Amino acid sequence: MERALKGDFVAIGKLISVLEKEGEERRELLKEIAPLVGKAYYIGITGAPGVGKSTLVDKMVGFLRGEGYKVGVIAIDPSSPFSGGAFLGDRLRMQRHATDPGVFIRSMGSRGALGGLSKAAPYVAKLLDACGFDFIILETVGAGQSEVDIVKTADTVIIVLVPGMGDEVQIIKAGIMEIGDIFVVNKSDKEGAQKLTRELETWIELGYKGASWVPPVLMTIAENGTGVDKLINALKGHRKYLLESGELEKRRRKRIAEEISKAVEDMLKERIVKNLNKEQMNLYVDLVLNGKRDPYSIAEELVNNLY
Amino acid sequence: MVEERIRVLIAKPGLDGHDRGAKVVARGLRDAGIEVIYTGLRQTPEQIVQTAIQEDVDVIGLSILSGAHEYYCRRVLELLKEKGISDIVLIVGGVIPPEDVSMLKSIGVSEVFGPGTPISKVVEFIRQVVKK
Repeated sequence: MERALKGDFVAIGKLISVLEKEGEERRELLKEIAPLVGKAYYIGITGAPGVGKSTLVDKMVGFLRGEGYKVGVIAIDPSSPFSGGAFLGDRLRMQRHATDPGVFIRSMGSRGALGGLSKAAPYVAKLLDACGFDFIILETVGAGQSEVDIVKTADTVIIVLVPGMGDEVQIIKAGIMEIGDIFVVNKSDKEGAQKLTRELETWIELGYKGASWVPPVLMTIAENGTGVDKLINALKGHRKYLLESGELEKRRRKRIAEEISKAVEDMLKERIVKNLNKEQMNLYVDLVLNGKRDPYSIAEELVNNLY
Repeated sequence: MVEERIRVLIAKPGLDGHDRGAKVVARGLRDAGIEVIYTGLRQTPEQIVQTAIQEDVDVIGLSILSGAHEYYCRRVLELLKEKGISDIVLIVGGVIPPEDVSMLKSIGVSEVFGPGTPISKVVEFIRQVVKK
């Protein structure tokens, strides 16, 4: 931990692997990290597969580095539901930063989590925060409509869209479209970009009447960096708004509350699973199959037995 | 409960532009339950080693078709040593003349997989050396 705090990338890399494993060791590490976080700004990037999230992140990293900031990137790709393996290819677009001592990039498999992040991603963000990175960018798996966990970790959520993926009806749907603080229409040199931008603006105007923050809609071409400066400006604008309105504190309070209940949940599960071997479980299963007991009274009993 | 996952970096150093083989291997490892970090083409040894560090991989797999295998392997091993890393295994795939295999092994490459190697053999080797 000491080495990691001094910026030793080997140590940071190893600690991230600790955070990816459930259990005692992870909890101890999180305890150590907890008092050291809160300085970094967390940015979430989400959107469908192939809209250009990784390329956009690459350009944002370049821009922020130009301003002297240290940047951590957590890029999540899906794990196979069958083998548990993963093909993590996001950093392919960011490899020009691989040898920059001010940039740390970590790829993660989603490992069964369905919200667009991996379970450990928020912990990894904290570690990078503690290690002195100024901006932490979390890139979700290619999201569909309801992978909205990013909003629980990021201060600013950027939604990336491209033209040609459906009509206005898609914009009005609930879920991912509701969590954006900034909307980006990428590949804006493609046909339909103007129309999509206008439609987005119209719906945002309607939905956010009187709101203190109205999400801006920006056009970018990540491939050549067009519009990235405006995106960074919007990001800073949103950060300023969050700070001045007290919304940042509100969001962070909510996050901490959630973290506590999550930690409780994890610990309970750990303890009960530890106490329960396979044979015992099979016994319970038999009882339920024979109609002698039900799963809920068994759960009740297991939890009550803890005390 | 999520068990520990083996992590493997698949990288292509140098200038040759053929990554079909690397992708096929990456896919095969994925299907065997391994997390594969794929960096794509034209990586320098410095990029490869820095990536391996940030990603905390167990194995680096280099795909080399250019004939420059000795240089790239030596350089990657050198950089790993410089960083004080002794627990990352280096394996090589691609077109390596049979007479060079023992030379590569003598400088610290753990295994060389030539054309036609079944993926299962690579997987088995990785599982054996990593033992998680």
